[in-house]
Amino acid sequence: MTNEQIIDKLPYQPPFLFVDEITEVDQKGIKGNYTLQPEAHFYEGHFKNNPITPGVILTEIMAQIGLVCLGIFLFEDELVDSSIGVAMSSTAIEFYKYVLPGEKVYVVSEKEYFRFHKLKCKVTLYNEKDVLIARGIIAGMIKPWENE
Amino acid sequence: MTKEELISKLKTIITPYVENKDALGDITEETDFIKDLEINSANLVDVVLDVEDEFGIEIDNDAMEKMLTIKASVAIIQDKLAI
Repeated sequence: MTNEQIIDKLPYQPPFLFVDEITEVDQKGIKGNYTLQPEAHFYEGHFKNNPITPGVILTEIMAQIGLVCLGIFLFEDELVDSSIGVAMSSTAIEFYKYVLPGEKVYVVSEKEYFRFHKLKCKVTLYNEKDVLIARGIIAGMIKPWENE
Repeated sequence: MTKEELISKLKTIITPYVENKDALGDITEETDFIKDLEINSANLVDVVLDVEDEFGIEIDNDAMEKMLTIKASVAIIQDKLAI
């Protein structure tokens, strides 16, 4: 499965698709990136007259690249005729630096385990200067979704 | 290992994942992990992985799907330990 095919299999679309590119993926982990769109609606409210990327959006970027894209890769052939169903089950993330509109962020995810449809990963987020933005553990249940 | 020892070990394993802590006091063989203890399906996976580590056994998909009560879990663990 190519990196573009992985993104095509994602169950998200704008304005809630937070994956631009997958740069590396194997059985152990994945790397990818996303550029925050300055016109995204959440900047209108977070914060008043002071747009800063919400932590929940950074978490979503980490989960979509680090967990869901990796999950699609790990299922591979099982997903030929189906899409993927996802339920995030836990997150424990520490944030170190803020992200402004227009910044590009990089996700590095290492698989802890993928058993009985549960994928648990150690996920790290960096900015373009390689500065640590956030790091933590994300887990979710991932299954092929036949009713497409 | 006696059945009582096994249940005691199992209780230690499941405790961190139990949402309904009140139900921990009166665990019986019939106790259901999801209905009685309110463990969610994602944490049920962690229970199974911890059981594998504690007892040095491997649980397959079929066995995992049956491990929903104390009784069923004990039977599966005893079965795997006997091999």
